[in-house]
Amino acid sequence: MIVHSIFFYFFSVIAIFSSLMVITSRSTINSVFFLILDFISVGCLFIMVGAEFLGMILLIVYVGAVAVLFLFVVMMLNVAEQKQSWFIGKKSTHIPTGLIVSVLILLELLVVVGGWKYKEDVMSSSSLVFSNISNTHQLGLVMYTDYILYFQLAGIVLLLAMIGAILLTFRERIGVKKQSYFKQVSRSPSTAVELKDVKFNEGVKIDD
Amino acid sequence: MIEIGLGHYLSLGAIIFFLGVIGIFLNRKNVIVILMSIELILLAVNINLISFSIFSNDIVGQIFTMLILTVAAAEAAIGLAIIVVYYRNRGSIRVEDIHGMKG
Repeated sequence: MIVHSIFFYFFSVIAIFSSLMVITSRSTINSVFFLILDFISVGCLFIMVGAEFLGMILLIVYVGAVAVLFLFVVMMLNVAEQKQSWFIGKKSTHIPTGLIVSVLILLELLVVVGGWKYKEDVMSSSSLVFSNISNTHQLGLVMYTDYILYFQLAGIVLLLAMIGAILLTFRERIGVKKQSYFKQVSRSPSTAVELKDVKFNEGVKIDD
Repeated sequence: MIEIGLGHYLSLGAIIFFLGVIGIFLNRKNVIVILMSIELILLAVNINLISFSIFSNDIVGQIFTMLILTVAAAEAAIGLAIIVVYYRNRGSIRVEDIHGMKG
């Protein structure tokens, strides 16, 4: 139990610190790296609390795909020299409003958490019962039976996102030579090859 | 304090959510950082769902978390594609320069 609390505080302090650094760091590339650190520490928290499959998915999908996507875009768009600066430059009127709104949201959430009366059968972390089938097994048993429709819908969402991203960033370039696969494949020997009788000592005259 | 319960995880989610919201509001330079703040908010929601799922011993919260992960990945892909197209057209993705709709 004491190990559980030590690791909880360790990973949550890292998560909070790195999410603070995501929004305050001066260069965008540092923000992306702190976002990766944030995902990793929260993924470790998930694994620690018993949701191993989702922790691993968080590591693979977020760190492996989404954060690397962010990295690619940051490198591609040449935003490295655009430094973050909050309070200099043009006067902005929405900073106090934003501060008030976000602090209110935090206070409301903390009030809700603090005033929450738990049900009697909500467990504490020391009494977490790990059943004999693994977390992945449990997820699979429920997801592929009762929630198969939602699973398919998630697949459709991903397909639409892929189509949308390709369609948005696609552009027809003019003046670029490409292979035309259909023309290449549909050539027949009768149009491509010409047979000639070559007379001795004369060679072939090619007219083109 | 030593005994880690549901409230600790919910507080962690609340703090990360707060940091994401404050990142959206206070950011003046870069749209990519706003997208990253949205990712932080979705991560906080995932923390809440998973802690409720674990502590009330119900697996359905984790399934919902997987759906949120899917939507977050799709949102990141579409958002970054929009940013790339915008940069290609305008040559800048600073938040100050994006005022085409006078918002």
